[in-house]
Amino acid sequence: MTDDELTPDGKVTLPEGQAPLAGPTNGRGKSRFPFRIYLEPRLQEPPRWYPFAISFGAVAIALFFGGIVIAFAGGNPFASYAHIARASFGSLGVFSDTIVKATPLILVGLACSLAFRMKLWNIGAEGQFFLGAFGASAVVLLPILPENTSPWIFIPVMMLFGILAGALWGFVPGFLKAKYNVNEIISTLMMNYIAVHWNNFFIFAVWSDGGFQMSPVFPRTAWLPRLTDYAEQFPILRGLTAHLGLIMALAAVLVVWFILYRSRWGYEIRLIGDNPKAARYAGLNIQRNTILVMMVSGALAGLAGMSEITGVVHRLQGAISPGYGFTGIIIAWLAKLNPFATVLVSILFGALILAGREIQPSGIPKMIQGIILVCLIASDFLMRYRVGIERVGAEPTGEEA
Amino acid sequence: MDLIIILQAGVATGTILLFATIGELLTERSGILNLGVEGMMLIGAMSAYSTAIATGNPWLGLLVAILAGGLISQVHAVITIKLQADQVVSGLALTFLGAGTSLVLGEGLSKAGTVSLLPAFSIPLLDQIPILGPIFFTRQSVMVYLGYLLVPLVWYYINHTRPGMHLRAVGEYPAAADALGINVARLRYFYVFVGGALAGLAGATISLAISPGWFSELTTAGQGWIAVGLVIFAQWDPVRAAFGSYMFGALRRLILDIQGPMTLFGMANPFYYNPYLGFFLQMLPYAFTIIVLVIGSREAVRKRLGSPAALGTPYIRGERGL
Repeated sequence: MTDDELTPDGKVTLPEGQAPLAGPTNGRGKSRFPFRIYLEPRLQEPPRWYPFAISFGAVAIALFFGGIVIAFAGGNPFASYAHIARASFGSLGVFSDTIVKATPLILVGLACSLAFRMKLWNIGAEGQFFLGAFGASAVVLLPILPENTSPWIFIPVMMLFGILAGALWGFVPGFLKAKYNVNEIISTLMMNYIAVHWNNFFIFAVWSDGGFQMSPVFPRTAWLPRLTDYAEQFPILRGLTAHLGLIMALAAVLVVWFILYRSRWGYEIRLIGDNPKAARYAGLNIQRNTILVMMVSGALAGLAGMSEITGVVHRLQGAISPGYGFTGIIIAWLAKLNPFATVLVSILFGALILAGREIQPSGIPKMIQGIILVCLIASDFLMRYRVGIERVGAEPTGEEA
Repeated sequence: MDLIIILQAGVATGTILLFATIGELLTERSGILNLGVEGMMLIGAMSAYSTAIATGNPWLGLLVAILAGGLISQVHAVITIKLQADQVVSGLALTFLGAGTSLVLGEGLSKAGTVSLLPAFSIPLLDQIPILGPIFFTRQSVMVYLGYLLVPLVWYYINHTRPGMHLRAVGEYPAAADALGINVARLRYFYVFVGGALAGLAGATISLAISPGWFSELTTAGQGWIAVGLVIFAQWDPVRAAFGSYMFGALRRLILDIQGPMTLFGMANPFYYNPYLGFFLQMLPYAFTIIVLVIGSREAVRKRLGSPAALGTPYIRGERGL
């Protein structure tokens, strides 16, 4: 139903760039069609399943458009999508790999959800992720703890430093926004580039392993435990790479859900996000909340970086993220800022990233992500308007914007 | 390290930012915030370069880049004007879409071989002026000269022509503009298109003139976002936008040149002896963007200036919108 409503309108699903047919004036003269599409504002709240149905429809349409582009690029869309499904859900082993990709995505998705809930556009999860990885690496490489530390101390300290570094990277734009009203979209984005160069300095100059552009491998005590580590007791776990980071991510889901929907602070965040004027009249401290939310958001993304570096990469190097931080933006939007939905959506995007590595041309996963976000944001108007079709007489029917 | 050379190269590199900034400035003046500049620039750079390789004609590449940038910007226009969706998220979506599409279509383009570039030349007589001549008028690309023409034109257009007044009205007070019979939606579509076309032009300026080639996402390396920041620094004024763009161009060149000499101001040059410090130099354009934003935002508060009043909000006439 909902996705059927999308198509007859024809204007909603145009992510390809051939868009001007929806220009404001060219509705005239072309409609001899005896039906007319009309829109009217929604008066009541739509039912709870409705936003998820819309998201689902938007993804379906995005995959359809993605398929068209794949076909244009000389590929077989059905084979490509079947390949994505097989390479990410086909067996226990690959599903575990999908989960590994989904783990940082859940955390950055939460980071974006929390900030977006207050209408703070934290586009800097990527940089906060890098700094989180840096903070965790510093514990091993600086070193803050000696190499033979017990994992029971190592892992919590690395978590702490990852969280702190990410929070610091969120604090800067948060402070500038609160104090000088500096647009956080641009400042967080600039912080991403600074983070990359910051890490590069340490990878190339300070912690370089014998001149290579990567640090030495961390000691085993600083690795997050993986399922495969327990293969001796449970042979079925052999080769499964899912690691403790998943538990941290799921715990973070609960924490963010509790903050947003069960705590006074979360109520303040939501109120500021929905109606900043009312929040100001109610005496809420918007500046303080801006800084705090940016810091917690940065901390979540920093934890993602820590989890990735200690659970998967096990050393600091340049290529630690295929754009997790940016995918987090799409995930947050697709999950409608709902922490629990974030998990499901992250698994979906984990699959896309995992399987996408083998798809040619290599830009396809990124492009599909773009198309999904375009369809998603375009479908948002279905939340505010009801679409219907009515019969009209012979008169021309171009209704104008 | 010669100051004249740095400024000369700064003007050349700054021209890229100039086109993108002026384009975004016009779009924002009409009340639409388009954060997709980076994506549109990538589309422009990719389509210009591939067209120039396929046809051997860089001018055709330039034209295709303008059209491609303008066309993809209409995705944002439809979503924000027709469907009245959030302009921030839609702009981000456009960035992803532009980057992804240009990566897919530009696959293999980086090894595609040589291409004839847009011409560079000196302007007779003007290049004889001391200091200014070598900086502005000697062996610059034709795009740089186009930039010189664009700035005063856009300034005059916005401030002293009738369509320019309509543009400002639509961005400041769309309801009043509507009451005067100005078609708000149509003008906004138009200026989103202009912004996209100029971003496409900026992309083509990279790949066909200033630093030729296609290096996937590194072609733009965040310049589209710097352009969005510069619009705020410029307080939506094209002359200040030009100043900021050239300044950033010079900064980029300075970062390269400062690592060359062995001594700097009579002291040992730390960037020469420790090339790794270059990573901190490379942070500068981005850190500088943040600083420039702080300056712009503080100034806006002090002078009670600010963004176009209707920036970011869809215009809905009466109760039944759309």
